[in-house]
Amino acid sequence: MEPILSARNLNKRYGRVTALDNCDFDLMPGEILAVIGDNGAGKSSLIKALSGAIKVDSGDIFLDGQAVNFSSPIDARNAGVETVYQTLAMSPALSIADNMFMGREIRKSGFMGKVMRQLDRPAMERIARQKLSDLGLMTIQNINQAVETLSGGQRQGVAVARAAAFGSKVIILDEPTAALGVKESRRVLDLILDVRARDIPIILISHNMPHVFEVADRIHVHRLGRRLCVIDPKDYTMSDAVAFMTGAKAAPGAVASAA
Amino acid sequence: MSNQTEAETDLVARAETIASFEHQHTLLSRIQHALHSNPALVPLIVLVASVLVFGALLGTKFFSSFAMTLILQQVAIVGIVGAAQSLVILTAGIDLSVGAIMVLSSVIMGQFTFRLGLPPAVAVACGLAIGTLIGFINGWLIARIKLPPFIVTLGMWQIALASNFLYSGNETIRAQDIEANAPLLQFFGQSFSFGGAVFTYGVIFFILLVLALAYVLRHTAWGRHVYAVGDDPEAAELSGVNTRRILISVYALSGLICAFAGWVLIGRIGSVSPTSGQSANIESITAVVIGGISLFGGRGSILGMFFGALIVGVFSLGLRLLGADAQWTYLLIGALIIGAVAVDQWIRKVSA
Repeated sequence: MEPILSARNLNKRYGRVTALDNCDFDLMPGEILAVIGDNGAGKSSLIKALSGAIKVDSGDIFLDGQAVNFSSPIDARNAGVETVYQTLAMSPALSIADNMFMGREIRKSGFMGKVMRQLDRPAMERIARQKLSDLGLMTIQNINQAVETLSGGQRQGVAVARAAAFGSKVIILDEPTAALGVKESRRVLDLILDVRARDIPIILISHNMPHVFEVADRIHVHRLGRRLCVIDPKDYTMSDAVAFMTGAKAAPGAVASAA
Repeated sequence: MSNQTEAETDLVARAETIASFEHQHTLLSRIQHALHSNPALVPLIVLVASVLVFGALLGTKFFSSFAMTLILQQVAIVGIVGAAQSLVILTAGIDLSVGAIMVLSSVIMGQFTFRLGLPPAVAVACGLAIGTLIGFINGWLIARIKLPPFIVTLGMWQIALASNFLYSGNETIRAQDIEANAPLLQFFGQSFSFGGAVFTYGVIFFILLVLALAYVLRHTAWGRHVYAVGDDPEAAELSGVNTRRILISVYALSGLICAFAGWVLIGRIGSVSPTSGQSANIESITAVVIGGISLFGGRGSILGMFFGALIVGVFSLGLRLLGADAQWTYLLIGALIIGAVAVDQWIRKVSA
């Protein structure tokens, strides 16, 4: 099976600091790949490179086997790589529907749309509502409710739904459960599994080992700016994973095969 | 986050409804939610209440179509400038140069006609173009060079005002001359009436402008992006909004609207005077704030500003008709400003 998103020999230096050191990366179709690593291991540089937020000094990124060169997150998004940022990147005062379609609004057809540039609100609301319930996650009473009136888990849900609605190829989730309580995290993890069930592969960045081991199909362990190893969570324990990522234990030589 | 635990219990109870919304059914929170989704409601209530109070005190002297439309005429210029100010404040900026752009544009329209001998239509077009250009420079400095809007427009205020005095030589073009040679400059001063109501073209322009901007802000992608940029610029950028283009277009449009206000100003006072309209800055900000538009950006509606401007007009005319000292107007407006900002802060807490 060909990886849907892969990277070879990525290098990124900030002055004397090497953030990425000949880093490789592979995401297989339909899987949840967790990326773990100690602080400063360079995992956020890796994710930023994949999502177009930074440009690497050298190395290649392939999407569906094609070399790609994202110059901005918008670029990556247009290619089908959606990122849910830790900050969620939503406008709190605007409605759920407005936020889901921010930057890719639908205009009405005909005179009102072409000349008057009028948005097709009914269509946007219908699609937003449908995308939310497609993921089996919500019975929205008021799709025009401002995002700031939602709880943390609900906001995360809307952000993931937005990514899933438009991310045709890959979704990157940056610490989706970091700010949530136990029960809200539970809902978001279920949501992540729902998205995978729709055959959209996910890159999950998380510090939360129980969450990682629960949902991930494979775990990419990042250390000192490169991929140390990829392990199958069924073969290793959480303390093994922590030992690999801190260097307390030698990494297994063989890279675990794709699920 | 005070109701976090409540939200969590809810989530357990309704496993399938993660984003159904818990409602607290107290009257106060309902009011808060209503105001949250309709920010123009507060100024509308204040406007209706003040009209009723002054109407009760003054009777038909105030409650006549003549007095009502007189208020519109008196607030038209502040309202037009306030519309420009609203756009800028929605992006969490501020435009201190609105008054200066207005006066400079009116002086250019006048002087280009009388000193350079250009046809009035061309002179008006030049005035509008220069207003837009100044706004564009503001926007460019703010969006590209990342200078704070307060500083940029404070500087531009001085620059535009000084250019206005330098270029005009502090000279007023008299109303009779304009009337005889270039009536187009006074276009917005013309009026028609039915019943006792008198509408100047300036008033009509003001109302149409507010309606047009209300439509654009609510029903176009550009309008939604203006709100998103004011709400959280980083989030807007990551969601795919071209924040720099939005900011530059907002300031340029603000400049254009202020130039139109300059044209309306000629119609209102008849002459072209480089010393007119000095209070437009502060009055436009007052209308915006009383209108419930948040100075922190992203919240409020242009209709609120419309009501805010009318509130100021109702207070000034009502108190004048009552024979009160004009200072009472300022005192009450001052109280309204503080009250409006307090309400804004309260509405923001709706999410908590």
